[in-house]
Formats: sequence, structure tokens, C-alpha cells
Amino acid sequence: MIPTLLVTSLLIFWAMDLAGGDPVNQILPENATYEQREILREQMGFNDPFMVRYFRYIGGILSGDMGKSYISGLDVFGTFMGRLHMTLLLGGSALIFACLISVPLGIYTALHQNTWKDTLATVLALFGVSMPNFWLGLMLILLFSLKLGWLPSGGTGGIQYLVLPAVTVGLSLAALLTRTTRSAMLDVIRQDYMTTAKAKGASYRRVIYNHGLRNAMIPIVTAVGMQFSYVMTGSALAETVFGWPGIGRLVVDSINKRDTPMVTGSIILCCVLMAIINLAVDIVYAFCDPRIKAQYSGRS
Amino acid sequence: MSKTRKTIILEGEEIEIYKGRSMAQETWRRLKRNKGAMIGIIFLVALMLATTVASFVYDYDKDIIAMSKDRFMPPSKDHILGTDNMGRDIFARVLYGAKYSLVISLGSTAIGLAVGLFLGALAGYYGGLIDNIVMRVTDIFYSIPYIMIAVVVVSMLGTSTMNLLLAMALGTFSNFARIGRASVMTVRDQEFIEAGRAIGLPTWKTIVKHVLPNCLSPIIVQTTLKVGSNIISASSLSFLGVGVTPPTPEWGAMLSDGRSYIRSSGWMCLFPGLAIMFTVLALNLLGDGLRDAMDPKLKR
Repeated sequence: MIPTLLVTSLLIFWAMDLAGGDPVNQILPENATYEQREILREQMGFNDPFMVRYFRYIGGILSGDMGKSYISGLDVFGTFMGRLHMTLLLGGSALIFACLISVPLGIYTALHQNTWKDTLATVLALFGVSMPNFWLGLMLILLFSLKLGWLPSGGTGGIQYLVLPAVTVGLSLAALLTRTTRSAMLDVIRQDYMTTAKAKGASYRRVIYNHGLRNAMIPIVTAVGMQFSYVMTGSALAETVFGWPGIGRLVVDSINKRDTPMVTGSIILCCVLMAIINLAVDIVYAFCDPRIKAQYSGRS
Repeated sequence: MSKTRKTIILEGEEIEIYKGRSMAQETWRRLKRNKGAMIGIIFLVALMLATTVASFVYDYDKDIIAMSKDRFMPPSKDHILGTDNMGRDIFARVLYGAKYSLVISLGSTAIGLAVGLFLGALAGYYGGLIDNIVMRVTDIFYSIPYIMIAVVVVSMLGTSTMNLLLAMALGTFSNFARIGRASVMTVRDQEFIEAGRAIGLPTWKTIVKHVLPNCLSPIIVQTTLKVGSNIISASSLSFLGVGVTPPTPEWGAMLSDGRSYIRSSGWMCLFPGLAIMFTVLALNLLGDGLRDAMDPKLKR
């Protein structure tokens, strides 16, 4: 993970360097004199060669300093952390919403394979996957805030502000997870242990949930884990549509303003976040599947 | 296995021979039975025809980007999808704009496919150090949400259609590298590859002529699905203001325009979004159909 982060930071640092825009112009007011600019440039080390600046930056990170924003002058790490909970709240509720819809729907369609209910749900899921989610967000605003006036069209506050963004990010995710759950359940249903469980007289509910779903969980959890990068992307768009102050918007805004320390820092922190989430997914595997747990405990 | 019968005359005697279908024939035969896939193909062909016709019928300067006084007209007989904030006919713009969405998504997928497949095949065929390097690079692109990569690249190179294409290809290639690698690894150790090596075939020829054709089906399926998701990505980037710039009638850019007028003129957002959704839906239907048709396990 460390080499990956190093290369990522180098690439982003290099890209932002090429993206141009003199950082001095962003820090000083427009009427600053040439001398003032030169002094600042020397102070901040902008005249140093690229690699020197890069290693100074990495050195800063290692000593816990991710730099300060050129625009606002605020600490990068602090700004990122200050917005992280908003994105996690949005992404988390989208994920919960998606799971609540998709897992029961996926099981239901798998159990009623090739009936009209299955076809209907599959077609709906296909529509869900095919929709750009920022457009879905706009349509939800059009219907629920402008036509019906039930929910606010943007901003933050109580739970009513969370509903539309979470549904926007969650719905296409739900469509995807429905498809995964359905195919995972279809694989499991045909297994012999399901017949055995039925033959032993276990109740329908028990057969489906304890014997079926438990075994179908691995592909579902994998899909959820893989989709987290998608959730981050979706959040960046939904955050723009709904004016939600999260990380996605922070990064996109900073890139547009050529705020190099903010961009580089945020993207590195995003990568760390992804790594933590992947680790969390691995741990969830162990909970879902006793075979994986046994592997780990056997090794230690 | 189903076969076609053919009668030939050999040494004055009439004999029947059975000729097996090629992979392409077999796939097409099964694809024809899939209603969804056929709807998808018909829609895509119709869309391509319509956008070609539109580029002849409409004059870019006069009909597509020029302002007129009929601003914010709701859908009516004269303008079946209404007009936008500059009085331009939305129907004309949506049809004309299909060209941009299709070209950008096809182009970026093609570049991503070529680069990804090349790297993936190298990694899978040689293994060892090359494999390690290629896979770490794809890991990096996997761990950053694609939208952030694309925004950084576009801001580095400047906003233009070509740069958008490159940025999206960068977000696409890691996917194909993984598929290419996995597919190559499954056939790498088989006898016919070894036979090729034994008769002294150059490595590149072995890969191109013998390895890749045996991994075609997952690649074709993934390409179809990726073209669809790249249409969504392109429009998302245009929506964020880093893709195709107005007044070009790209669907995402049209949505971005319409967003400011969503309160009064909802149709400005509705129709470009529907266009994106149906196009991506058609590609997904085709992709799912191809997956079923090419799956040897599902032979009917």
C-alpha cells in the first residue's frame, strides 16, 4: 500500500504541477508587486526543482503536515477530516438504502426465477444501472421538491436533507446489487445442501436465510466493497447536484481552482480511505464465511 | 452441438457432410433469440442512423448553436421536445449530440481496450516482475475514483474533447488490463501455446494469434458494457464542467445547462437524460445478451 501511495502522490503532484497556474497568483492579491511575488516564491520554495519540492512535500506528510490550502490558507488534513463525515454519512446511508432494497428483491427474484415478477424486477434493475445518477438526482428534485414540495432540493440540516441525495446515490447501487444478489442466490439454490436442509424439515425461512443467503453473502459483500469507489464518484456528483459539503465536491472544486496542496492531499487521503474500506470488507468476509475465519485462526 | 448439413459430390458419389458453425455464427444465432439484445441492437442502429441523418439535415451554426427568440418553449407541435434557454430546439440538439456521446465513449473504450489488453496480456503471459509492475499500476488507477483521475487529467491538459477522451481512457484501461491478464493466464499453460512456442513462433505472434482469440468472449462483453458506462462518465464530466464545453450539444453539457433552469423548464433536463438512459440501456441489454450467448455453460 505504501508504494502505491507514493506513486499516486507523485503522479498527482506532477499532474498538478503541469496543470499550471502560478500558485503565487492564488496566494497574493492581484495588486502585489513583482518583488513581493519573488520573495514569496523563494519563501515557499516554488523555484526549487520538481523532485526537491516533491520530497519536501512527502517529508511534510511523514511529519504529519499535509500543507495548507493556497486559496483558504486552511490546513489540508483538517479541512478533509472536517468534511469526511458528510461524505461517509451520504455514502453510508446510500449503501444501507441500497442493501435494504436490493437484498430482499434479489432473493425474491431468484426464488421466482422466470416469472413476470422476476422479469419486471430485472428490467427495473437494468434501468437503474443505465441511469446517470446526477440526472436521477435532478429528476428527484424536479418531482419531490419542485412539483410535490415534500423534500428540500439541497443543503444540509435534518434527515429530510439526506433523503434525496442518499436515494440518488443508492438507487443505481441498489440496481447493481439486486443483479448480484439474484445471480448469487440462483447459484446457491441449486446446491445439494439446500435440498438436504429442506429434507431435514427446516422451515422455508430458515432454508432461505440461514442456508441460502449465508452462502450467497460472499459475492454480495465483494460487490458492495467493489462499489465503494463508485459510491465516492457518485457522491461527488450528488454532492454537486444537492450542494452537499462533502469530499467529492472539495476535490473537484480544488482542482478547478488549481489548489495543489488540497488536491494532492485529498486524493492521497481518499486512497487511504479506500485501503481501509478494503480491509473492512476482508474482515466482513470472515464474519460471513466460517471457512475464511478458520483459515485465519488456523494460521496464527 | 448443432450442425448445418451440406451435400457435396465426391468421386461421382453424393455424400452429406456436417459443417459446425463458427463461434461468431453460433453467437449470432443465440443472440437472435434474445429479445432484449435485439431491442438493444435495433435501438443503437436507429440512433446511429438518426444522428448521421441529423448531421446532414441540421446546420451546426444555424440550428444547433445559434440563439433564437423562442426561449423556454415547452414541448409543442413546433418543437416536440421544447426549446432551451437560448431558444434552440432540444430535439435537434439531442439527435445531433448523440454523435458526441457515441464517439467519445467508443473512442475512450477503444484506447482503454488497446492499452489495457496489451499490458494485461504482457502481465499474464510473462508473469513475474512485469506482472507485478503492471498490476500495481492498475491498482493505483483502481484505488482512485475515476472521476478524480479524469478531472485532474483534463485540468492538466486543458478542456477539450480529445483530452476528455484520453482522461476517460485512463480510467478505463485498468479494467481491461485485469480481464486481459486473467484471460491470458487461463490459457497460458495449455498445450497449443506450448506447441506454438516449440515451433519457434515469436512471442507477440503467439499472444496475438493464439492467446487473445481464446479470451475473446469476456473482452467483447466487457467492451460493450464499458461503452455504456463511458457514456455516463463522459456526461458526468461534462456536467461537472470539465468535459465537452457548451455550446457543443453533448448530452451531459445540455444537462449542466438545464440544471440552472430546472425550476421553470424541467424539460431541458428531462430529455438529454432520457437519451443517455436509453442509449446506455440498449448497450447493457446487448452486453447481457452477448454474455449469455457466448457463455459455453449456457448452451441450449
